[in-house]
Amino acid sequence: MIKNRRLEVRSKGWLRGVSRAVPIALGYVPIGFAYGVLAQKAGLSTFNTLAMSIFVYAGSSQLIAVGLFVAEVAPLSIILTTFIVNLRHMLMASALAPYLSGWRKFELAAFAYELTDETFAIHAVEFPKGEPDKANAFGVNLTAQVSWVFGSWLGVVAGSLITDVKPFALDYALPAMFIALLVMQIRGSIQIAVALATGVLAVGLLLAGMSQWYVIVATVMGATLGVVLEQWIKQPSA
Amino acid sequence: MGVVTYLPRLLPVLLLSSKKLPPLVVTWLRFVPVAVLSAMLWPSLLIQNRQLDFSVSNLFFWAAIPTFLVAWKTRSLFGSVIAGMAVVALARYVGL
Repeated sequence: MIKNRRLEVRSKGWLRGVSRAVPIALGYVPIGFAYGVLAQKAGLSTFNTLAMSIFVYAGSSQLIAVGLFVAEVAPLSIILTTFIVNLRHMLMASALAPYLSGWRKFELAAFAYELTDETFAIHAVEFPKGEPDKANAFGVNLTAQVSWVFGSWLGVVAGSLITDVKPFALDYALPAMFIALLVMQIRGSIQIAVALATGVLAVGLLLAGMSQWYVIVATVMGATLGVVLEQWIKQPSA
Repeated sequence: MGVVTYLPRLLPVLLLSSKKLPPLVVTWLRFVPVAVLSAMLWPSLLIQNRQLDFSVSNLFFWAAIPTFLVAWKTRSLFGSVIAGMAVVALARYVGL
């Protein structure tokens, strides 16, 4: 009986995770598709194209890598570029880490493997609500990666036959999701200030030509501003 | 490539999850989600072809307003995504 109920709770968590990830999948399939098409055109084998989606699993990095591959850039620079572009995940993983204290090592390893900008954004809203539900979290992560690999595969299969995703506005699925998740993060005026300041800063840095570091630099400065504001409000005499 | 994408995601959760962090660091980490989401979102809405774009043709920016309102009122992830996509699809359909 107890076992059954536990199983039921867990499968509910899974289902909830899967449904939370639907907006991610809506965004990942067309982007994965675009990646698959580009990789195929760049001359990557089907195996390598899909292997990258399974083992590298980093959307922007894979698209950049394909571009650099075509430009015949040295493998080491491709790897270095990928590393810099993905350093932002270090901040995200650090932000989630305090909620994961009870998790086993292999669970952490599996969880971290599928941490992306989008799955992070969902976890960052879910985890502070209470004890992180593992089934829910893995449901989100797994759905996201499956949709990514599936999209890549569709792109490889469709090859040159590019269907336009624009009439369905699928290219707006991820920006819209980020807007919603950002709104859910806002709990007070300090968060609003941080959101505005970081956004302006990121835009400014990108326009100034900082194309690889702007997310990290703006995030570090924005989060620091949040701490400063909070301390300042706590001690109005200072 | 697999290694350099995995390490930044893995090391923090492995090393930080079992440690008690100083309160100031915890406070800082609590602001990271808001900051990193903003740092990724804003440029994608405001910059088109490497420059600021507030023109009518920048649908990503204008559609953000109704999307924001829906997100604010409903707190629904899926509803906001559908609303945003519908606005962009409609605008493209009428030829904006």
